Amino acid sequence: MKSNQKPNLGGYFPRDRVRHPDAYTPWYKTSVVRSPTKALISMNNTLSEITGPVFGHSMLGDLDNDLMLNYAGAGESAIGQRIIVHGRVLDETGRGVPDCLIEVWQANAGGRYRHAKESYVAALDPNFGGCGRCITDEDGNYSFRTIKPGAYPWPNGPNDWRPAHIHFSLFGHAFAQRLITQMYFEGDPMIPYCPIIRTISDQDAVQDLIAPLDMANTIPMDARAYKFDIVLRGRRSTMFENRMEGN
Amino acid sequence: MVQKLNLLKESASQTAGPYVHIGCVPNFCGIEGVYPEDLGASMLSEKTQGERIKITGKVIDGTGTPLKDVMLEIWQADHNGLYPAANEHRGEADPNFTGWGRCPGDYVSGEYTFNTIKPGIVPFFDGRPMAPHITFWIVARGINVGLHTRMYFPEEEAANAADPILTRLEHQVRVPTLIGKKTGEGEYSFDIVLQGENETVFFDI
Ligand SMILES: [Fe+2]
Repeated sequence: MKSNQKPNLGGYFPRDRVRHPDAYTPWYKTSVVRSPTKALISMNNTLSEITGPVFGHSMLGDLDNDLMLNYAGAGESAIGQRIIVHGRVLDETGRGVPDCLIEVWQANAGGRYRHAKESYVAALDPNFGGCGRCITDEDGNYSFRTIKPGAYPWPNGPNDWRPAHIHFSLFGHAFAQRLITQMYFEGDPMIPYCPIIRTISDQDAVQDLIAPLDMANTIPMDARAYKFDIVLRGRRSTMFENRMEGN
Repeated sequence: MVQKLNLLKESASQTAGPYVHIGCVPNFCGIEGVYPEDLGASMLSEKTQGERIKITGKVIDGTGTPLKDVMLEIWQADHNGLYPAANEHRGEADPNFTGWGRCPGDYVSGEYTFNTIKPGIVPFFDGRPMAPHITFWIVARGINVGLHTRMYFPEEEAANAADPILTRLEHQVRVPTLIGKKTGEGEYSFDIVLQGENETVFFDI
């Protein structure tokens, strides 16, 4: 343990269920029969929740965080606007979360996913797979290179479209921190129309999923940058916790 | 004015959507050559200690239809009740066991399968033993926040009857939704029902 880190002793901060989407959001039609109707049962964290799997940096391939190249043929590259997506994974106390596995997936520049169940007419890009992953550094920093995904229509209402977005899956240090979310792009006029974004009623929480254009970190003549910070649940570090065995 | 707590707020969850496979199990959905194998596809090696078990099941919606675009993850202790985690301080877990598995539902049947070992006993935060259990996390299109539940073992009647989580459920009639069914030697089925009469107990952990 580093000397500037507080010992971790307690459970994780309770999830703020007002900030998260409700399970039942009928304007997002699929949620209607997939939403539990009984209250979630609250429980104090046990070892089963405060522990989580470990992913080592050594499992990563050189191109895992480069969606522009990781599915492309030799000398080829995905078509689209070249972008860098970078940021920090923090916990609710503001500390960076090191060694956090981030997995991302997205549509190609035309809004088409490489998936058997995808039916959008937009063209596939033979050089774009759509997946990437990385592990945060000791301060919680991460970065990807990709192409800006396109908006796409989807069967929900008669004319629903998803704004451009990148799906993020995150492992913190505990199974209690497990999170899947989506990143949106500053200035996208589709955002207010999206039924999936509107599952979140807290407008502040919506803003926190929109990545700003980051001109300072834009690589001249190469790729624009978007900065996306993600916050995982924090953990109590009070010294007088009802301590768990061996912790 | 008082001092500020300066706490951040957890990022809001969004559905995993129908294409979660692309990011989490790309080889399963035909995106090959990017990662050598899908993470969580294998939890065991020949050297893993403990009783081999196989768990199969489906995640079922409010109409009784299995989800065919679901993804499940499990997290469990090793055969001695130790977690293969960086913050496991009680001892060293079996180095040949990952404790973590990930499985997409079958495109046609919706069925998932985990080949793992039966976990040992893990203490509750007050030191009382918890009955052997496996933590499940379920995401899919239409699920806005990933759902947490647990599977307990049907043959552990005494341990289940004393389990600190199971015993504190107000509606004891719902306890069976958390207990797998034995379907053969070392084989269990565990269906997860998202809503309706036999709705599985989900936890706010
Ligand atoms: Fe999407």
